[in-house]
Amino acid sequence: MCLAIPGKIVELLAEDRSLATVDVLGVRRKVDLGLLLDDPPVTGDWVLIHVGFAMSKINEADAQQQLRMLTELGESEAAMEEVRGYGLGEPEETATTTGPGG
Amino acid sequence: MRFVDEFREPELITRTADEIRRLADPQRHFRFMEVCGGHTHSIYRFGLKDLLPPNIDLVHGPGCPVCVLPMGRIDDGLSIAEQPNVIFTAFGDMMRVPGTRGSPLEYKARGMDVRIVYSPSDALKLARNNPDKHVMFFAIGFETTAPSTALTLMRAKAQGISNFSVFCNHVTIIPAIRAILDSPDMRIDAFIGPGHVSTVIGCRPYGWIARNEAKPIVVTGFEPLDILQSVVMLLRQLNDNQQEVENQYKRCVPWEGNRAALKAMAEVFELRPYFEWRGLGFISQSALQIRESYAEWDAERRFSVPGVRVTDPKAAQCGEVLKGVLKPAQCKLFGKECTPEHPIGALMVSSEGSCAAYYNYEHRKAAVLTNVGA
Repeated sequence: MCLAIPGKIVELLAEDRSLATVDVLGVRRKVDLGLLLDDPPVTGDWVLIHVGFAMSKINEADAQQQLRMLTELGESEAAMEEVRGYGLGEPEETATTTGPGG
Repeated sequence: MRFVDEFREPELITRTADEIRRLADPQRHFRFMEVCGGHTHSIYRFGLKDLLPPNIDLVHGPGCPVCVLPMGRIDDGLSIAEQPNVIFTAFGDMMRVPGTRGSPLEYKARGMDVRIVYSPSDALKLARNNPDKHVMFFAIGFETTAPSTALTLMRAKAQGISNFSVFCNHVTIIPAIRAILDSPDMRIDAFIGPGHVSTVIGCRPYGWIARNEAKPIVVTGFEPLDILQSVVMLLRQLNDNQQEVENQYKRCVPWEGNRAALKAMAEVFELRPYFEWRGLGFISQSALQIRESYAEWDAERRFSVPGVRVTDPKAAQCGEVLKGVLKPAQCKLFGKECTPEHPIGALMVSSEGSCAAYYNYEHRKAAVLTNVGA
């Protein structure tokens, strides 16, 4: 439930500064940066993502370690399913009924 | 049993386990509660108990939001799904959780519009794209998740999206710890504090546990080494007769928490006078409700919900397991009437619940060994 997934910020959206594109093990999705207003991340930063929102900034080594642990916990599949499921900024088809990766 | 060399940094794991044995006075018995369901999951997944001496017990706490949600709340939420033109949305974790008349998935099979979302913001997006429908988001979670719901409601208000509402079941961790400490049969010596909840609330809110209750608490990460290091820190405090809040998970948890997240929560939510927890009963000021200023987006105000109360069967001993009085397998129903496939008590409902985790990793393993032996 409290799954936190590390992702790297690859682009801040010019049209909406509260959104960024992150890369999680090769999957790219938009996440909301609204909870990091006090210390906004920049491109190249790593963040912990929970239910589509960046929760905290972390350093790269810790992010890589966290990704390894998700694999060891047998949770990397669940994490990737969650990330693929984020519909923010995605075309309508993926956001609603067709589900992850649809 | 898992071999130490399967872990990352096996020497460090071995050294930390040796240090634990050195610090744990064999004349004493130690009971440490890990508050968070994520820790429970890690402890079983990695077989960490095998690395601890027998006089250290890890007691699994109330930190699984799916487990502690009373069945009546699921019934109430699903009653909204039955209204015309409503799309019921929830995280995947909720989909198989049984209400009295079935789980959200079973409601979907009966023709109700029930959909999984991975983020509350996706539920809001669904509302924006379906202006002729009402989209209700069934919100669960501790302080880790509540800020995301809060920000989503702020966005709904700012964008004037009125066909969206939240059925709020967010709970707060501190009152649950207090309820456990206040119960007369409590047997906990110290706490392994939650990791991701603390990225939001920080370490300060645990101060009273150390000061007033004289119990050490260490905010802890989720890796095997994190949890073992936390046990070392707790043993050192107990041996030195100290009671402090320490932060083992500094790489993710700032001492002050996340101010922007706390601000969003304060803008949208206020404390409920009381809320029912499965296994613990009613706890005052232990959950969040939506403020009057966001009433338009509060599903409990927009729809009339029946206010269902379903009591757990008396035979289920979830409360005793939560307080550390009983271990999961000591409950009369464990593995018999109550299994992950047919959960009767709260702690068997989600894979992060202590009974389900124990069943999946220990009980099944034991069953396989018995069969092989026979």
